[in-house]
Amino acid sequence: MAATEYIVRTKEVRKEFKMGTETMKALNGVSVDVKRGEYISIMGPSGSGKSTLFNAIGGLDKPDSGSVFINDVDMAQLDANELAFLRCHTIGYIFQTFNLITVMTALENVRLPTIFAGMSAEEGELRAMKLLDVVGLGHRYNHKPSELSGGQQQRVAIARSLANNPSLILADEPTGNLDSKTGAEIIDLLRRLNKEEGVTVISATHDYKMLDVSDRIIWIRDGVVEKIELRADLSIQLGGMQTPAGAH
Amino acid sequence: MPEGNGAASAPAEKPVHGKIFMPFRVVVTIALNGLKIRFWRSMVTASGIFLSIAFFSYVLTNLMLAPNMTMDERHRQTFLAMISVVVAGVGITNSMLMSVTERFREIGTMKCLGAPDSFVVKLFFVEAAFMGLVSSTAGFALGLAAALVLLAVGAPGVEFSLPRIFTVLVWSVSVGVFITFGAAYFPAQQAAKMPAASALRTDI
Repeated sequence: MAATEYIVRTKEVRKEFKMGTETMKALNGVSVDVKRGEYISIMGPSGSGKSTLFNAIGGLDKPDSGSVFINDVDMAQLDANELAFLRCHTIGYIFQTFNLITVMTALENVRLPTIFAGMSAEEGELRAMKLLDVVGLGHRYNHKPSELSGGQQQRVAIARSLANNPSLILADEPTGNLDSKTGAEIIDLLRRLNKEEGVTVISATHDYKMLDVSDRIIWIRDGVVEKIELRADLSIQLGGMQTPAGAH
Repeated sequence: MPEGNGAASAPAEKPVHGKIFMPFRVVVTIALNGLKIRFWRSMVTASGIFLSIAFFSYVLTNLMLAPNMTMDERHRQTFLAMISVVVAGVGITNSMLMSVTERFREIGTMKCLGAPDSFVVKLFFVEAAFMGLVSSTAGFALGLAAALVLLAVGAPGVEFSLPRIFTVLVWSVSVGVFITFGAAYFPAQQAAKMPAASALRTDI
């Protein structure tokens, strides 16, 4: 079977949250298509619905209406076990708060998904070491998350997300808890993985440095897609504060 | 297709239906590892079980072995034993609920890595079973020792019947494991059924 062109499609996804007596419409009919191998950034202010969209795509939460298709499979049709299988094999997750298991070493953390995939202990460890080398942390395989810096923890998280050879990586504010230099390294790593390994990357983010490496940028505001831009059409200026000429 | 260094070779389309592997041995390893790392935390919960079962075992040993107890005294002792079990149950439930709650994020993460719901339930049950078993046995020993010492001192000529002591052992361990399981049941189910997003949204 040929691989589908679109790895993710969402159709009119809606989600509401009830807060006390009020209802908040987090997503108000979002339809996006992501091609295999793309690097997509979902951008928007806090409360725009980008995390909700992210959760819907990643199968972390069910939308109230609309559909999400991963590899042309409707997520709503999957039962809990099939969903777990999908998360295990097809999707890799990266979070703002890293979410490493604190009682396990880096190696054990990266190896964990391979256990759920049925890999033997030796195979799993080999793969975990290899992935840690890819992210540049082979020498720290024995350290627990508390012994690693934020950037290093995120690298371990990235290695973990690749454990079962996923087609799709979902990154929720991956640089949110990192300083700008470390953040830039992480973005660079993700870009490398996207270009060299062909893994589709979808990232929900505030970080403007992410814009530079994306193929397309989806801007979300108030639960709807405001616009979708190609990187080529953007002109990005990053810098400090700009004072108008003549002022001091 | 881009040629990489093999870290994630050209991902083709993957099937949706398949099995998640969760050999029980692995669940046990992760559970015991977790208990070992959270040793002191587990000790607090365990000592709750330990002390309550110790008291329970003490009372039961008395009931079984003490000669010439009045009916009144028997009733009082039985009542005490039952109360101690209830108190133990409440304390252990609280500890278990706290333990599950502080691990919500960990559970949510595991689900993202592909852990099925059954894994989460099994994990907590193995922990509960192990803790219940070890603590109850230790508690039984303490209660028994206390009762025997006091009986030997206060009522010489007491018959140390092994079958009866064995009955106390069986009762103590059963009660201990039963309440520990019962205490873990509801929180574990709750954790297992939570959608991964809510588990991760927890601000703990």
